[in-house]
Amino acid sequence: MNRFDYARPATIAEAVALAAEPGATYLAGGTNLLDLMKGDLVRPARLVDVTHIPGLDAIEPLADGGVRIGALVRNADLAHDADFARRFPAIAEALLAGASAQLRNAATAGGNLLQRTRCAYFYDAASACNKRTPGAGCDARGGETRMQAVLGWSEHCIATHPSDFCVPLVAFDAIVEIEGPKGRRECPLEHFHRLPGDTPERESDLAPGEMITAVRLPGAAAQFAGHARYLKVRDRTSYAFAIVSAAAALRLDGETIVEARLALGSVAAKPWRAHAAEALLAGAQANEANFRRAAEAALAEARPAGANGYKIELARRVVRRAFILAHAGTPARIQALPASPFATGALRHV
Amino acid sequence: MSETPLTQASAHLRHGANIGQSLTRHEGALKVTGQARYAADHHPAGMLHAVLAVSSIARGRVIALDVAAAKAHPGVVDVMTPAHKPPLAQDPDEKTHPFMFRLDVLQNDRVRYPNQPIAVVIAETLEAATEGAVLLAPRYETEPARTDFPAGAHFTPALVGVADPAEAHHGDVEAGLAGAARRLEAIYETPAQYHNPMEPHGIVAAWEGDTLFIDTPSQGLAMAQARIAGLFGIPPAAVHIRSPYIGGGFGSKGVFSGPQVLGIMAARLVGRPVKLVLRRGQMFGPVGHRAPTRQSFRLGADNAGALTAIGHHTVTASSQHDDFFEPAGGVSHTLYASPAIATTYEAVRLDTGTPLFMRAPGKAAGSIALESAIDEMAHACAMDPLAFRLKNYAEVEPMSGKPFSSKALRACYAQGAERFGWAKRPLAPRQMRDAAGMLVGWGMGTATFPALMFQAQARAVLRADGTGVVETGAQDMGQGAWTALGQIAADSLALDPDRVEFRAGSSDLPDAGIAGGSAHTATAGMAIHGAGADVIARLAELAMGDERSPLHGAGNAGVIARAGRLFRRDDESRSESYVAILARAGIPAIEGHGKSATDPAAQAAYAMHAHGAVFAEVTVDPDLGQLRVTRLVGAFAAGRIINPRMVQSQYYGGMVWGLSFALHEQAVIDPRSGRPMNANLGEYHVPVNADLPSIEAILVEEHDAHVNALGIKGVGEIGITGTAGAIANAVWHATGMRARRFPITLDKLIGPQDN
Repeated sequence: MNRFDYARPATIAEAVALAAEPGATYLAGGTNLLDLMKGDLVRPARLVDVTHIPGLDAIEPLADGGVRIGALVRNADLAHDADFARRFPAIAEALLAGASAQLRNAATAGGNLLQRTRCAYFYDAASACNKRTPGAGCDARGGETRMQAVLGWSEHCIATHPSDFCVPLVAFDAIVEIEGPKGRRECPLEHFHRLPGDTPERESDLAPGEMITAVRLPGAAAQFAGHARYLKVRDRTSYAFAIVSAAAALRLDGETIVEARLALGSVAAKPWRAHAAEALLAGAQANEANFRRAAEAALAEARPAGANGYKIELARRVVRRAFILAHAGTPARIQALPASPFATGALRHV
Repeated sequence: MSETPLTQASAHLRHGANIGQSLTRHEGALKVTGQARYAADHHPAGMLHAVLAVSSIARGRVIALDVAAAKAHPGVVDVMTPAHKPPLAQDPDEKTHPFMFRLDVLQNDRVRYPNQPIAVVIAETLEAATEGAVLLAPRYETEPARTDFPAGAHFTPALVGVADPAEAHHGDVEAGLAGAARRLEAIYETPAQYHNPMEPHGIVAAWEGDTLFIDTPSQGLAMAQARIAGLFGIPPAAVHIRSPYIGGGFGSKGVFSGPQVLGIMAARLVGRPVKLVLRRGQMFGPVGHRAPTRQSFRLGADNAGALTAIGHHTVTASSQHDDFFEPAGGVSHTLYASPAIATTYEAVRLDTGTPLFMRAPGKAAGSIALESAIDEMAHACAMDPLAFRLKNYAEVEPMSGKPFSSKALRACYAQGAERFGWAKRPLAPRQMRDAAGMLVGWGMGTATFPALMFQAQARAVLRADGTGVVETGAQDMGQGAWTALGQIAADSLALDPDRVEFRAGSSDLPDAGIAGGSAHTATAGMAIHGAGADVIARLAELAMGDERSPLHGAGNAGVIARAGRLFRRDDESRSESYVAILARAGIPAIEGHGKSATDPAAQAAYAMHAHGAVFAEVTVDPDLGQLRVTRLVGAFAAGRIINPRMVQSQYYGGMVWGLSFALHEQAVIDPRSGRPMNANLGEYHVPVNADLPSIEAILVEEHDAHVNALGIKGVGEIGITGTAGAIANAVWHATGMRARRFPITLDKLIGPQDN
């Protein structure tokens, strides 16, 4: 690990000033950044520890029925906030499906958005990686590709964004609140993460020195509370990143879908909002045939980045199942093994 | 068969007083309160930190290291390289016996596998040493990595495992296959796996002149002592190793590793104590692994379901520079009766670290393949898998024709099946669903592991106050060895455990042999048993020869020892306490010695194995392929059980590992570079609690008069065998899909893709 400066600002303004210098990086929960530093994969000259800035750890209900989640709210605190979990159950379920209890206690809402890919070649200093060293090439291509992207990848990068939390957030039109050297602004989460194109090193919309101060959910998101689920398929029952995940939600009028929301996780460099699938379901009957059509639409552009074609069919099935679960209704309580196929109660299979 | 000559002075033995009791761990309170000091917890005064730089290529030469940059970093004291290192007295590439493995200790600039040590940075702090290692920025002359398994150039190894023949035949397999009513040919593949104990290899080394003091985890202290002495040209007695607690070894700490030697060299170089601990990623190379296998089975069976032939051909891999060949064929020698058995091997050389013994070496990989093949053959014969196994039950060891020293496998099958509810299993696959519509499957496997013994010594002392001290250089790897050995020690002196001090964990104590091969309790236990018996025999002699003793003249009737007293065997009203005997004789203490070793006569006469039966239930999502083991029931017979609590935990641990083998563990190797790409515990998956909701281990009673006088087999490794195959078979029973490449991951189960 390189030698670095450590700063602990007391205000956002102070933090932004400290972080504006080249080589500075914000530190919040540290669950990803410190591992990257120990692996010599990032070498910040300065860590700006924002965890002592007051006021960033609140969960505030908003007048429109939405909520503002402070950037420093810990994953576990958010998931276990009863009011939040009642109004945004798929998000609570996604949070509890992520990482381990210890990590959820440390990881923050803002940091979750900025977590890096889990691509093995990104984590291996000896491998070529365009994210770490622009122009170096991508050793993941032609290498181990089982977990890599099937949507939105480029020849320069086939990595995925591994977040669970971001998947329902993007489905529910979350907005990222940002402060930086040029003042305050906000950015829809859907446009916050970037596809790799030929600049895979640019992963988000944040400019140098900008920090996330909150994530806001509009009141409309709470209208899906009765039919909102997150489903995560993984290699072990807990403590594993998703192979494919999906957040699916419905607003129903009887058996007619008024509005549908769908996003997929671990399929692309960003949490993947599936607007075409949503449009297909709007006004349609809530049945398996329509969920199947939505799944087809969601994956229409998918193509394997290597030996990971199985993820495309798996993603279709995850989408169908997630809608079946959402249609059946949000459980009164978050079940044990949240978001796992084994958490579900009785269901009919497609 | 007549009595074996192993029974040693059993006059005072009272099984049941201590042996057989579920005592809790001797060191449990120390561990849960953080007071148990593991090797890396030691910080002698003046200690420096050493960090390895390891190769990021699989094959080639190191052509440049920026030593100046590393040395310029604040806190860095020195950088050890091939050009700057203390001399060794022995070539680290020398190999004089099969347990000696070639070491990479900076002898030259060659790189022969990924993560090979190429330099050591020594600094005042761990952070400075770590950064110094980065600043070395090695440059390489890279040669193409030879990674192609199993397609590389094949050869037939001379020996496999420690010293097993690479080819063994019994009967005529071709004839057995030709005459078979049913034949099965199937190929099973197991991946490379890395041991990954919680505690990585580490060492704290301090030289005082030519005397060496080290704290390091070691599964064999005397062997490590001899290895170090040879390398550094000092007498073994000048090497003092402390290894009281080991945070898991699983075979990777059985032979002294290169990085541990480098820690000693670093301390020599700088003239100060040095600590060197491997990072997790550095565990994937220089400290051994389980080699991949590709196992081809050819089975034949007659119309009644009796096997007519077992052909088991293994292709495995060793490193380019040393020999260890995963002995996967051994299970086929012992488990199922067949008039014809053949096991053969081929091997490939890869640019990897040398594979080594990893928990249930040979047996784990062989078992999952054999149990899968047996299951497939049972299905081909339209027989229940348990009925098929009973039909082919081996009454004598099939390969050798020897009788078993004991074999309670039928009881294991019966008790396990009963507890599991096996009788309700439908014969055909894909017949069971749970309330949520998930596919449910049941599978079983037979567990087996040889009952081995090595050589050990122990010393016992009875003191004038009636308390005892028993010493042997045994290790506790977390399995509870000290507790069980302490129980044997107490029984050997016929004292309560709290009256006996049990000392272990140091190379200054008598050689306790190797904590490996599931043989530690038998090996160290028999030495302890002998030492205690020696003390009691001397004490009895003292009492019986003294006319003032109530035991005087006991003569041929002799005495028995119980609870700190000797009793006349033919008249228990006549007894005397140890304290009284010693006091009258004016002797401060009596010392006794014991040794243990295998008995060649018993080995020649009997096949000695522990056995078990494991039953598994898995639940599989029919669409998504995600699967979960929902129940595991194992029933094991392993001779006399010293401490049921510890043994049950050993079985649990083994069974969880079997689950890991079947569903999780594999080193993901980049096919181009040959490098392990998941060298961390986030991505190198082992099961978490949620992966195994219910696990049971039944201890099946078994008495063995031949393995050793205590009747102990081993329990450390058997749990993996049987379990891995049982789970694979349960996955087939749930889904109708037979995975022959392990681990079974969900992409292998999502079935035909419907568009």
